[in-house]
Amino acid sequence: MHISPVLWQFLVKWLNASALFPREASTIAPYADALYFFLLLITVVGLTLVGILIFGFSIRYRKEKHPVAVQVEGSTLLEATWTIIPLALFLIVFVWGALLYFRIYNPPTNAMNIYVVGKQWMWKAEHAGGQHEINALHVPTGIPVQLTMISQDVFHSFSIPDFRVKREVIPGRYSTVWFQATTPGTYHIFCTQYCGTNHSAMIGEVTVLTPDDYAKWTQESTSGMSLAQNGERLFASMGCNACHSGSAAARGPNLAGVYGSKLQLTNGSQVLVNDAYLRDAILNPSQHITAGYAPIMPTYQGQISEDGLIDLVEYIKAMQTNYRVQQTLTTSTSNQAAPTTPGVVKP
Amino acid sequence: MSATSYTIVNLPDQRTATIPKRNYLNNEDGLLSWLFTGDHKRIAILYLISITFFFFIGGAFAGLIRLELLTPQPDLVASDTYNKFFSMHGIVMIFLFLVPSVPATLGNFLIPIMIGAKDLAFPKVNLLSWYLYWIGGLFTMAALVLGGVDTGWTFTTPLSTHYLNTHVVTAATGVFIIGFSSIFTGLNFIVTLHRMRAPGMTWFRLPLFCWSNYAASILMVLGTPVLAITLVLVALERLVGIGVFDPTKGGDPLLFQHLFWFYSHPAVYIMILPGMGVISEVISTFSRKRVFGYTAVAFSSVAIALFGFFVWAHHMFIMGVSNYSALVFSLLTMLVAVPSAIKIFNWAFTLQKGSITFETPMLYAFGFLGLFTIGGMTGVFLGALGMDIHLTETYFIVAHFHFVMVGGMLMAFLAGIHFWWPKMTGRMYPESLSKLAAVTTFIGFNLTFLPQFILGYLGMPRRYHAYPPEFQVLNVLSTAGATVLGVGYMLPLLYLGWSLKYGAIAGNNPWQATGLEWQIQSPPLTENFIETPVVDHEAYDYEWLEHKTAQEVTTVG
Repeated sequence: MHISPVLWQFLVKWLNASALFPREASTIAPYADALYFFLLLITVVGLTLVGILIFGFSIRYRKEKHPVAVQVEGSTLLEATWTIIPLALFLIVFVWGALLYFRIYNPPTNAMNIYVVGKQWMWKAEHAGGQHEINALHVPTGIPVQLTMISQDVFHSFSIPDFRVKREVIPGRYSTVWFQATTPGTYHIFCTQYCGTNHSAMIGEVTVLTPDDYAKWTQESTSGMSLAQNGERLFASMGCNACHSGSAAARGPNLAGVYGSKLQLTNGSQVLVNDAYLRDAILNPSQHITAGYAPIMPTYQGQISEDGLIDLVEYIKAMQTNYRVQQTLTTSTSNQAAPTTPGVVKP
Repeated sequence: MSATSYTIVNLPDQRTATIPKRNYLNNEDGLLSWLFTGDHKRIAILYLISITFFFFIGGAFAGLIRLELLTPQPDLVASDTYNKFFSMHGIVMIFLFLVPSVPATLGNFLIPIMIGAKDLAFPKVNLLSWYLYWIGGLFTMAALVLGGVDTGWTFTTPLSTHYLNTHVVTAATGVFIIGFSSIFTGLNFIVTLHRMRAPGMTWFRLPLFCWSNYAASILMVLGTPVLAITLVLVALERLVGIGVFDPTKGGDPLLFQHLFWFYSHPAVYIMILPGMGVISEVISTFSRKRVFGYTAVAFSSVAIALFGFFVWAHHMFIMGVSNYSALVFSLLTMLVAVPSAIKIFNWAFTLQKGSITFETPMLYAFGFLGLFTIGGMTGVFLGALGMDIHLTETYFIVAHFHFVMVGGMLMAFLAGIHFWWPKMTGRMYPESLSKLAAVTTFIGFNLTFLPQFILGYLGMPRRYHAYPPEFQVLNVLSTAGATVLGVGYMLPLLYLGWSLKYGAIAGNNPWQATGLEWQIQSPPLTENFIETPVVDHEAYDYEWLEHKTAQEVTTVG
């Protein structure tokens, strides 16, 4: 759809100022709006067509004017026309919508990650640098931000209308969404999946800052401990390091560099180690026995919060000591780990 | 018979001065004769009274919801109460009104007559299904009286199983039982349509109302058991914690979504298809024309029913289904929209070269065409993957759904009730008042739901008890519209009630329609036909009708 850039700018400005249209505050928003206007257009055209047909025929063939009906069986040509034209339009919409979907849900590889935990009834955001926020989220402009989200209880859904992004936040499973904010300001975060009593109070605010302001905010609001550092402390306090010590004699596999690699399991399958796998291996270890190890790890289900799991996962992700050296040293224990370059192979 | 070989005959006034002495209404007296009746027409009347009762209960909750949303603050009721309101509104309207509305009332009354049969195949099962409807309805009401349920009509786990202290199991039991009522109705229709058609009533001579109810019956019989299974699993999960949906026990909460929408998407077609059948009958009758492309309309109903089973995951595009399965479900959703588009144009072209009059049912049918077009097209917005991300779970969904279900289904239901009211009761309703009601409903409806599309694109989430103040203007408009809509719904209740006693006598065929139901007395005899009719003409054959009437005039004269 070609539209003069000047006219487009004018239109966007006008729309952004209008109370009947959400602001366009992310790089995705203009793409979503373009499809929206196309759909609006075909709806209006379709409705007008149906209206013209009904009113036209009603006036032309009303009983006073046309007392005897002429019986018509049908018309293959006409029927083929109104089968094929809608079908073609819907297929265009399908392809356009699919392209937009992939654009919205496939994050760029250089995205900065922030964790979000949804619980009745708040959003808890955790930045890698250890900043924690509740019902608030600070992000910089111009940098793709990926949110890795999980719910601690029921389904929630994370939505920023002015960014045109939304994703379900699911208990027991990480889901992700990404965006790149364009305009500094504050925007609503809504929970859009009904989650019980205070569903409508589960509203947050995303504050978009310029990169400089964001750096300032990061400095000022850090708790001093990054997520990985929190995770390290948790790792020690829960006794994980007793088995996952990284030594050849350890009862559990070495975790250094495991993130992003392919792991051979006792049952013969291979898994890609990502956030979801690590979380599940902590909660349901008996279902993920690394080849060469005894199934002795207890479950940590119920002993560790989603926040804690995020810290642990961040810690394991950060364990990037020389992977190849480690592998050589501990061939007998982590022997099945497929040779990959940690940190590069990502799901 | 050539198209122009007949001119309109000056027909004598068919409206006899009295209601026929013997008819299904006065054949037997007393409450018990109704409660133990096997007559499909009486059961239809029982259903009509019941669903009207539940419609106004569901409507009252809708009114309370709109009233609360008049202001951004949560000031009318507490959050829990509000949540119970919209849950009850959804459960009552969907399971106790929309699903049974046309099939159980008009379908029950008309299908046997339309095909020349004396009753449905299983009269006692038919009565049983009404009792099941009421037992289920009472469970649902019990859940309400005991303190309500706040799951929403979707009973989403793990919210419904682990995080609510309301009467989830009671309400789910109600819906479970109502489901069997729906299965029995569908089964009865399928068997009746296969086995009990009068001689000469071939499949392609069936009125389209029968085709669309047939398609809906297939969905009821195949889809509803999945809902029943899902609700049993929810109840077991809640009562004994079996862990099918609970991630901490190795279950999968997304499994619930799959199971639930596997029923609940086809259920949308269970609700709308019978309404489409009504529209075919009404538009044909008042333009005095055979439905344009009869075969295409008949097959598009069946196509909708079959495709309807393969689109459920479009409710889950944002839930982390894989990108590629999302692609498939989006494509299938686009395909299922095509038969609906075909129908719209076929109905519009039925008017072409007709001889159109604008009685109340026709006004409702025109309302249906406009509103269903908007409802259908906004469905395409939601089927388009990337667009769905922004629009889903907002008021856009609420508006879309109500355009299809209320703008489409309810308009069709009202069209059908007005159309067949003379046949069911033997009396006419006041014409000007009924036209006023149709117009009021149409205006009120648009005023209520058009602002919600804009609210949705602005991002206002659905099921919100309180909302940011910038959304207030549109919400006030919507509430104002709901008030007008409420008046539009009250009017028919009043004048149809009035007409039962004071309405003009209708006569056998006040609309000069072609269906078999119009060739018998109004109200019909208990046995419908004294002799089994032999059908020798296509559906909507107005030339046959004029020929027949002319002959009758000659005979009588």
